[in-house]
Amino acid sequence: MVGLNEYLILSAILFSIGVVGVIRRKNLLMLFFATEIMLNAANIAFAAISSYHNDLTGQMFAFFIVAVAASEVAVGLGLLILIYKKYGTLDLDNFTVLKG
Amino acid sequence: METFAFYFFAVSITALFAVTVWSKNILYAMTSLAAGMVLISGLFFILGADFLGVVQLIVYVGAVMALYSFAMMFFDATGEIKEKHSHPGLVFLLGGLSAVVMVVIFAAPVIGASAPSFYPPVEGATNPQAVGLVLFTKYLVPFEVAAVMLLVAMIAGIILAGKKMDTSITEVTDDIGDTNERI
Amino acid sequence: METLVYTALFAPLVSSLFAALFGMTPKRQFVGIVTSLLLFVSFVSSALLLDYVMEFGSIHVTMMDWIVAGDMSVPFGFNVDQVTAVMMTVVTLVSTVVHIYSNGYMEHDKGFNRFFSYLSAFVFSMMVLVMSDNFLGLFIGWEGVGVCSWLLIGFWYHKEDVGRDVNPSISPAWAANEAFIMNRIADLGMLVGIFLIYWNIGSLQYDVVFSHLDGLSHGMLVAIGIFLFIGAMGKSAQFPLHTWLADAMEGPTPVSALIHAATMVTAGVYLVIRANPLYDMIPEVGYFIAALGTFVAIFAASMALVNRDLKRIIAYSTLSQLGYMFAAAGLGAYWVALFHLAAHAFFKALLFLGAGNVMHAMHDELDIFKMGGLKKIMGWTYAYMGVASLALAGIWPLAGFYSKDTILEVAFNEHTYGIWFILWLTAGLTAFYSFRLVFLTFWSDSRYKEFGFHPHEVQKYVLWAMAPLAILAVVFGWYKDSFMEFVTRTLPLYEMSEHTHHMVGVLIAVTTLVAVGGIVVAYLMYSRRLKRNEKIEKSLPYRVLSNQYYIPIFYEKAFSKPYAELSDIAWKEIDMQVVDATVDGIAHLVEESGDGARGMQTGNLSDYLKWMAFGVIALAVLAVFVAMKS
Repeated sequence: MVGLNEYLILSAILFSIGVVGVIRRKNLLMLFFATEIMLNAANIAFAAISSYHNDLTGQMFAFFIVAVAASEVAVGLGLLILIYKKYGTLDLDNFTVLKG
Repeated sequence: METFAFYFFAVSITALFAVTVWSKNILYAMTSLAAGMVLISGLFFILGADFLGVVQLIVYVGAVMALYSFAMMFFDATGEIKEKHSHPGLVFLLGGLSAVVMVVIFAAPVIGASAPSFYPPVEGATNPQAVGLVLFTKYLVPFEVAAVMLLVAMIAGIILAGKKMDTSITEVTDDIGDTNERI
Repeated sequence: METLVYTALFAPLVSSLFAALFGMTPKRQFVGIVTSLLLFVSFVSSALLLDYVMEFGSIHVTMMDWIVAGDMSVPFGFNVDQVTAVMMTVVTLVSTVVHIYSNGYMEHDKGFNRFFSYLSAFVFSMMVLVMSDNFLGLFIGWEGVGVCSWLLIGFWYHKEDVGRDVNPSISPAWAANEAFIMNRIADLGMLVGIFLIYWNIGSLQYDVVFSHLDGLSHGMLVAIGIFLFIGAMGKSAQFPLHTWLADAMEGPTPVSALIHAATMVTAGVYLVIRANPLYDMIPEVGYFIAALGTFVAIFAASMALVNRDLKRIIAYSTLSQLGYMFAAAGLGAYWVALFHLAAHAFFKALLFLGAGNVMHAMHDELDIFKMGGLKKIMGWTYAYMGVASLALAGIWPLAGFYSKDTILEVAFNEHTYGIWFILWLTAGLTAFYSFRLVFLTFWSDSRYKEFGFHPHEVQKYVLWAMAPLAILAVVFGWYKDSFMEFVTRTLPLYEMSEHTHHMVGVLIAVTTLVAVGGIVVAYLMYSRRLKRNEKIEKSLPYRVLSNQYYIPIFYEKAFSKPYAELSDIAWKEIDMQVVDATVDGIAHLVEESGDGARGMQTGNLSDYLKWMAFGVIALAVLAVFVAMKS
């Protein structure tokens, strides 16, 4: 029988993959992908806890996370398009206007 | 059977997401991400969260991934992405550390094991019914707020991306500024 | 009656604040007029209070709770008894005259308005000093007059420092600081005395303190007496804290008249008089006070003998007369001290104002060797200064005669013949130097012509303003008996023994003789023309006297110089090397760490994300550790 811990550890591993993506990737679009991975990892944890605790609150939160993710993608992609129009690239190494 | 399903899904999802993170080709990355999302909905079905699974399929695979694919049409997505990785060791160190720490945290017995259940599923109702009951009673206001948020995001997306849609990118000069800035 | 008390007290404050409004603006004549009027109001109130007190006894008012902290409770209260009423009347009268006088004297001064503000503030402080019903209020007034004195001595602060051989006071700013610092030394003693009182008795109200003195050990009483007297020594310029008074003559002359002759310097005497129950219980300290006063009397008089500076001569005579007052107070004749204080205030203020007239006429020249023959031009001033000098010399029937003579009688009555003899001798010296001054200034040959001065008499209203002082300098002594009867309702009565009564006639004769003798010698030496004897002026005693016994130079060598060197070391070695270096080090550390940390700000989002991940992991690790601990 699969326990709650297995789900949580899976969630942790997926989240870490997301973290690696976030810090490794230089392409903004790939950064977005990595963020999606992290959000999904969180969703798995919520759904698992909801199921094992017999409490719907976890699922509710998962819904809202899905909604947030959808909004984020909509706005974020719009911004990405603007950036691409302006600079012709999505590589983070080219955006260093805030260099101190 | 359930155990087998879990491990199958777990391994596949991990592998697919790893491909997403490490792939040099943006198309591969997106495809594997979409596949991972589909498999995650499988996990939700195992957990009995049928409605969440369906939502995952519709929203992520249907909407979000579609959005990504459309957005990619604006970018040059055919070639390989060239990225400079200055400190590859550091990335693995940080990623590994975070994995270890979180696994340590989650592997420990869950402290709130005896936590009270606020909204247990209604007896005899299917999962979507139970979710509907809670969502439209206890979480009505957050639900409406989320709806407004989605509306705002939709309008923002349209405005941001849709401006000057009628001109070709290569012909837009006013806010690109000096073309030398392009790298 | 409360209204009168508050009017007398606060009219000078209002006056000061009013003048302060115009402190930075050019001269406004109405400032002088309004302040003078307000001071006059204060004087009238004081006089009415005096009348009231004479009839119905003392008044006590409590304005508000001032300090209430734990067991300590000091109300802001005022007590007007006989002594206070006399002091108030004297102070406000002299102040009013000086205010009117200043209208003329400061006529062309740029700081006209400012001057009146300071002057009125001084009067307010002095009123607080004399009216307070507790030691703390007295101390506040005490410090207030100190500050105002500092402001007024240094009124012409813009004058440059010059060498001690050109001007013994160096500069007004220097003199002001000297006065302030000398007083600070003494005030520390006074503060210790007040602490001792509170520590042992638990109250600072005069009546409470004096009724509980019996419970204290003799040693403690002596300690309190000595420490309070140290405070009095500073304010009244007794040896060895006397040097500031002569240097304080750098201030405008009305200031010298009001503060450094008539009122503030008598605060020390007032304190001793006020604390009479204390000093009655410790006669040995009283005797020490009397002996010190006597020493200062002759010490100051000797310096006045050879000085050439008009105002410094009068300053030394003030010092000498303060010595007389302390001698009387120390011997237990408090009312005599108060009597001399009041009489002295009148004729000394008059003398100073007269000196101011002369100075004004001579374009700020103070060397009496450069004057002479002024009586033809400045008749009124001559008359005033003559009267004041006669009073100072103690010639019948002027005020000084009665007061000084009584002091000598007291000394005789106490069988302290040494004190009596020295005071008697000082009376002769006083007469001599006063008339040396008068003769050199107003008689003899008109030396001022050689130096190209064109003297002129001062304004009429100034002369009129001085008239009350002149009248009082003459008639005040006639009221000796009623004064005694009045103030001894508060102060202990001093009875002369039978033996002294028999000797009174002889004593008066002897004293008058020496005074007249002094005048005659001065007349013979100086009335015709100034003959300067090179040999005497080169002799050692003369040089010692004219250099003030070399005490200022000794102070400079023994205290100022080492202190300056010590400060220099503290500055260069401790402040610069340790304190400043530490502060600079912190600044450098911050600057360099900031410079180093600037490398983090690459502007690349990817790097920031790495830092963020690092931070998140660090926090997570911390959380794990905390969870494991608990």
